[in-house]
Amino acid sequence: MTPPPAHSPDHAPGAVPTASDAAPVAVAAAPAGPPPDAEHRRREAQRAAGRAGARKAVAGIGFYTFVSLVLAFFSLPLLWLAVAPFDANPGLSASLPEFTLQNFRVLWDNPYAMRSLGNSVILAGGTGLLVVAFAALAAYALSRVRLPGRDMLLYVLLLLSSIVTGTAAMVPLFNLATELRLIDSQLGVILVLSGGLLPSAIFILKDFMDGTPRSYEESARVFGASPFQIMRDIVVPVVRPGLATIGVWSVAQVWGNFLIPFLLLRSPDQYPAAVVMYTFYTEGGQANLALISTFSLLYSVPVILMFLFVSSRYGFRFHGGIKR
Amino acid sequence: MAAITTDRLTKVYPGGVRALDEIDLTVEDGEFFALLGPSGCGKTTLLRTVAGLEESSGGALRIGDVDVTRTPPGSRDVAMVFQDYALFPHMTVAENVAYPLRIKKVARAKRTEKAAATAGELGLSDYLERRPGQLSGGQQQRVALARAMACHPSVFLFDEPLSNLDARMRLEARTFLKRLQRELGVTTVFVTHDQAEALALADRIAVMESGRIRQLGTPSEVFRRPANTFVASFIGSTPMNLLDGVVRQRGIEVAGELLPTPPEPAGRLVDGEKVVYGIRPEYLLHSPTAVPGSLAGEVRVVENLGHAQLVTLEGPAGFVQLVVDEDTPVALGDRGFAVPRQDRALVYRDGELVTSGDPTGLATAGASGTA
Ligand SMILES: Nc1ncnc2c1ncn2[C@@H]1O[C@H](COP(=O)(O)OP(=O)(O)OP(=O)(O)O)[C@@H](O)[C@H]1O
Ligand SMILES: [Mg+2]
Repeated sequence: MTPPPAHSPDHAPGAVPTASDAAPVAVAAAPAGPPPDAEHRRREAQRAAGRAGARKAVAGIGFYTFVSLVLAFFSLPLLWLAVAPFDANPGLSASLPEFTLQNFRVLWDNPYAMRSLGNSVILAGGTGLLVVAFAALAAYALSRVRLPGRDMLLYVLLLLSSIVTGTAAMVPLFNLATELRLIDSQLGVILVLSGGLLPSAIFILKDFMDGTPRSYEESARVFGASPFQIMRDIVVPVVRPGLATIGVWSVAQVWGNFLIPFLLLRSPDQYPAAVVMYTFYTEGGQANLALISTFSLLYSVPVILMFLFVSSRYGFRFHGGIKR
Repeated sequence: MAAITTDRLTKVYPGGVRALDEIDLTVEDGEFFALLGPSGCGKTTLLRTVAGLEESSGGALRIGDVDVTRTPPGSRDVAMVFQDYALFPHMTVAENVAYPLRIKKVARAKRTEKAAATAGELGLSDYLERRPGQLSGGQQQRVALARAMACHPSVFLFDEPLSNLDARMRLEARTFLKRLQRELGVTTVFVTHDQAEALALADRIAVMESGRIRQLGTPSEVFRRPANTFVASFIGSTPMNLLDGVVRQRGIEVAGELLPTPPEPAGRLVDGEKVVYGIRPEYLLHSPTAVPGSLAGEVRVVENLGHAQLVTLEGPAGFVQLVVDEDTPVALGDRGFAVPRQDRALVYRDGELVTSGDPTGLATAGASGTA
């Protein structure tokens, strides 16, 4: 990697450009004229360097101020999320809390809150497994078998997938689920979500599969490995970072999906967290900020844990042997 | 251990490329056999068809006494080393070497032990726990060999296994491979487009051109008596001079100069017919003064070969190359004369070697592609 330019955000915070950095530039820029004596030239250069340094320092301060503002803009909601659940009376601003765990207690006693997190895990886990399993098989086949119009097929699928789980298909989806008696069933939600996620997953995974040399599999075939053994021993381990990526991505997609479960599920005890989130109101009909913030915190923790776990266990990276 | 026999083996790829055209070939049991030819001539296809990775479009293939034309690759008892070695990047060296045994359902303890032993034979004991990405090219090549050896196949198939190594490693690996093959005595088919490699390693060589075998023979046969002008121009570190000539009573006339007829085809040439006179640069002697029966020309290029120099003369016969020893001074623009060694000259009629029809029939048999 090349060293970052002085003003890039990688630059160590607070590192003010020194005069020596700027000196050569200043000398080069000194006005041409009768050659002044060495002492004079040196002082001139120093002064020029000083001016350039000051300019750089001001620019630096401006830059970091700007970055801090942007950071604050994005981190304040997160701060609120971290603080409000422990506040007895949270408002819409982040403030030092009156520390309490009462909000968690209330949530724990709420019949739907905890169960909804469980439902979310079922939906996300189920969809994740389905998507990874089917996308791996389909991507492998599409990568290895020559089908006429294969790329066309992929692009059309990709295009349609955004419709399947989108708002436009709400009514037909509802009708389809009714016909199939999949209304108010988590299986129905899992199937619909998987259908929506699969094309993109196949598309991404096919790239991973294409990048795996065929000679790996051929070599295993010559040793007598069956197609299943090749898949299990060679293909899956080699594209494991891709599978991990797809899995995490599908789980995150499902975890945050409101529309499909809201559409297809009837009974509140089936609702996932994303749907239950909308049901926290005070008796007065106002959003219950204490419960919402607390629930939001609980709602985000599993996803964060999953990211940490997957990236430490599988790593979103490649094995050393594959040359690309 | 087994011989490989192909009977009019043909492979036509979808799209109509005829990569193998009725190949008849026998690789003897325990033989080190090289497939040599220019790029795209079908060497890899032949190897992959023997391995079973490509299905043949016609003809038959036997390994040992079994017809394996329709047998899946895993049941042919062959092991293949790929050009890129195809080591599994997520397995350690030990796991890679043990993988064929794992497929054969050998118990874990036994296969670990066997893999370690095989890797040890190839000097890989220190690398057992490394992954292929952490090995040098030469070490990777040995892991690939160890993995192929681990399942004790009756046939080894190598597809340019040395081409990823640098020049020095390649020489070492070549010697190593030859010794290993001698010790194991396993029938080996080796694909290369490097003719020096084929000459050095193989017991016999098949020279291929566009899906056909153009000559089959021992390295010295192929080098000394190329059966046709294709092989003649392909084999040898410096290509053979092939000069158009006409048969005369007392010799072969090349560009107005009468060269003595080589002894071998002497009785089989007809006065006045057009032939090609072939002579290797190594078998042309340099003379600074005119000699009867020599090819004259002006020195155009001098290439230093280290131990000798390759001189290109331009004369009435066109360009003629000859090897001159390092002590003879040759300067650009000089006039030089190339005197052929009569016993090493070859005569080709219609692209095929004219032979005395000797009873061993080596050259003729090679020319028609049968063993
Ligand atoms: N999968 C394929 N589909 C269609 N044609 C192919 C395929 N593989 C090879 N060919 C063609 O078959 C011919 C023989 O190819 P092959 O790979 O056997 O050549 P080769 O002798 O191994 O060449 P090289 O020395 O470059 O490896 C070539 O003309 C090639 O274009
Ligand atoms: Mg090849």
